[in-house]
Amino acid sequence: MKNFVTRLAATAVAVVSLTAAAHAFDPGSTECIAPANPGGGWDFTCRQVGKTLQDLKLIPGTMQVTNMAGGGGGVAFAEVVNKRNDTNNLVVAASSATSTRLAQGAFPGNTMDQVRWIGAVGADYGIIAVAKDSPITTLPELMEKIKTDPTSVSIAGGSAVGGWDHLKVLIAAKKFGIDDVRTIKYVAFDGGGEAVTQLLGGSVQAFTGDASEAKGFVDSGDIKVLAVLAPERLEGDFASFPTAKEQGIDVIGANWRGFYGPGGMSDEAYDYWVNAIGTVYDSAEWKDVMTQNGLAPLDMRGADFQAFVAESVDSITTISKEIGLIQ
Amino acid sequence: MDTLYALAHGFSIALTFQNLGLALIGCFLGTIIGALPGLGPSNGVAILIPLAFTLGLPAAPALILLTSVYYGAMYGGRISSILLNIPGDEPALMTTLDGYPMAKKGMAGEALALSGIASFVGAFFATWGLVFLAPQLVKVALLFGPAEYFALFALAFATLGGIASKNQAKAALAAGLGLGIAMIGVDGQTGVPRFSFGEVHLYDGIDFLVAIVGLFALSEVFIFLEHRGTTKATGDASSVKLGRLTPPLSMLKQTTPTMARSTVLGFIAGVLPGAGASLGSFIAYSVEKRLVDKNKTFGTGDPRGVAAPEAGNNAAAGGALVPMLALGVPGSGTTAVLLAMLLALNITPGPLLFTNNPDVVWGLIAALFIGNVMLLIMNIPMVSLFVRVLLVPPRYLMPAVAMISFVGIYGISGSTFDLMVMVFFGVLGWLLRKLEVPLVPVILGVLLGNQMEANMRRAMTISDGDWSALFASPLSIGLWLFAFFGFIMPIVAGRFFRTKYPRTDSELDPD
Repeated sequence: MKNFVTRLAATAVAVVSLTAAAHAFDPGSTECIAPANPGGGWDFTCRQVGKTLQDLKLIPGTMQVTNMAGGGGGVAFAEVVNKRNDTNNLVVAASSATSTRLAQGAFPGNTMDQVRWIGAVGADYGIIAVAKDSPITTLPELMEKIKTDPTSVSIAGGSAVGGWDHLKVLIAAKKFGIDDVRTIKYVAFDGGGEAVTQLLGGSVQAFTGDASEAKGFVDSGDIKVLAVLAPERLEGDFASFPTAKEQGIDVIGANWRGFYGPGGMSDEAYDYWVNAIGTVYDSAEWKDVMTQNGLAPLDMRGADFQAFVAESVDSITTISKEIGLIQ
Repeated sequence: MDTLYALAHGFSIALTFQNLGLALIGCFLGTIIGALPGLGPSNGVAILIPLAFTLGLPAAPALILLTSVYYGAMYGGRISSILLNIPGDEPALMTTLDGYPMAKKGMAGEALALSGIASFVGAFFATWGLVFLAPQLVKVALLFGPAEYFALFALAFATLGGIASKNQAKAALAAGLGLGIAMIGVDGQTGVPRFSFGEVHLYDGIDFLVAIVGLFALSEVFIFLEHRGTTKATGDASSVKLGRLTPPLSMLKQTTPTMARSTVLGFIAGVLPGAGASLGSFIAYSVEKRLVDKNKTFGTGDPRGVAAPEAGNNAAAGGALVPMLALGVPGSGTTAVLLAMLLALNITPGPLLFTNNPDVVWGLIAALFIGNVMLLIMNIPMVSLFVRVLLVPPRYLMPAVAMISFVGIYGISGSTFDLMVMVFFGVLGWLLRKLEVPLVPVILGVLLGNQMEANMRRAMTISDGDWSALFASPLSIGLWLFAFFGFIMPIVAGRFFRTKYPRTDSELDPD
């Protein structure tokens, strides 16, 4: 009982200090950098979160969205590190693509600890699918087929070689017990839509991508989802599909969406943003946005998120070295 | 009949005052965006997405606004191609070849009006194609695997010879240069950066728009600077002939078969995901040149050379909506942006879109018809306004071109690096013009090179490095045969005709 009271008190103090910190810092005019052209995922993250922040009155006025495309996010990352390191009223949209590129050294001279990771606002879980008339019905069957004859299966995905769609398959294959993952044939297309088309056309045998990309084809029954790479079954339309974990291949492939801020951001500002993005995540408004856009829950903020990104950078570095993408 | 009923329902959705107003605004903005060098349909649509969000528009009106911008930009791109020899966007590239010479001959008005009509024909019939053929055409798109795409792009390059140049070697050199530029950036099949010199800005490769604006618009400014003070630069406004504002009936009659063929070709190119409007206008032009250019007038201001790419690229714009609506797969850069918009509006693109969201789909298709008619009505009287650009003395026009180029490119990417790349391309364009190397093949190399390479490598990965996979399907063999004959025929046939009918040949060819 005493223990409980102490904890309660501690929580209360924490809450009070958090609120105090939030009040101590006045963000003024806020800005969100979307490291891509308008219309893409990062742009969406900035605009939707910015709108929710404004609706919940967490920021004064509107959040200005700056599109800074180039280098798969590298241009924006370098800009923040080199020129805006001390800015307190700035956040930048990020996703698994950001951590993948950081892990593979695709942002020359930049590393993940040059910025402060604020929090995630959701995740799009990976799926592995085949065409509806394929004889393969489970993920282990597909993996077994690859193991016996790697040349018999081409897997199409929407990201470049070494990108997230590719890595998900490789991590799953390793967990299944395929030692030389380099033999796996991955074919890179421009986006998940093109990759699914090739699956329907019969040029490739399997597809790796995000649940939201494939939703239209799953609903129409044109493709058969072998496994969802989530910790537990997704809600809604995807509930009937088993996770990879259920089939004995313990792999999670989450394409998370979130934010980082400049590395020299003050602690007050960092706490303010962690709190603000967290409040957005907890709000009913954001739940609606998530269901509308096929985002699944991923609640990570502040130090937890920092650790989560560090861990995923590590695991991506390991697998990228193994397949020879980086030395 | 069901289809017509659904279409009628679509019109009942689209024909509200709000939607008509949005379509009007969209068409107008689109035309302007298309005409400005540097801003093309995909940026135009992307720029307006936040506006659609801010206005809180529901799905159908938002899509009506954005597709009007899309169609408007496809119309608008031709204006600066014809008047200034600067393509307003990448599909309007081919229109410079005959459009600008027509304007120089004092037929700017005819060229603009004719291209407006060709755009209408292309877009109008492509929209009908979308209504009736979408489900069947999707099956055609599925036939195209990586090997077939590679053959298609090879066909495009094989017919390149003779485009925009009297000197084949220079055209080939220009295309090679373009292909080389296309290789810059991270290689999608290995994830390794190529020719980027550790410069993160080059990882995404060179944006075609930056290359186009640099090569065409800025090099024009440099040429002007070089000749400043001379009569060539200052120009003589009184001598500029604007031409008639309506094309003569004989010209329409002459170009009708061209428009018909180009519409069909452009539409098919548009349907194939990853080919898009640029390939549509390109194939339409080169096929027309092969078929009807008996007097070698293409490239010197032949009206058919204006009608073909315009009908082709507008038909392709309609065609690109087929895979987008029926499969949820973008057929071009612009439809990729539109798809992102659909997702943000809580509409799942995919094979069930027609079934699940008929209001959105049919409202959109009806809006395309409305927008198209609006654009024709808007564009024909505006011809007289547009041609007045030619009356602006170059000493005012050229600084304006430079300013628009810089603002346009910076406005899209917000990157000063892109501006430097653009200046580099401006200098390159100026040099190439001095050497009389045509610029169009450079851009085609940049535009098509990446796709061609990516598809070959995909085909190789799938077949485990077996080259015969490139000739494995009847479709790819067919495409290769076309490519082969397209490349060989002009050489062989030219020689054959020359020896057999020496007199006819010399009569036909005034050079």
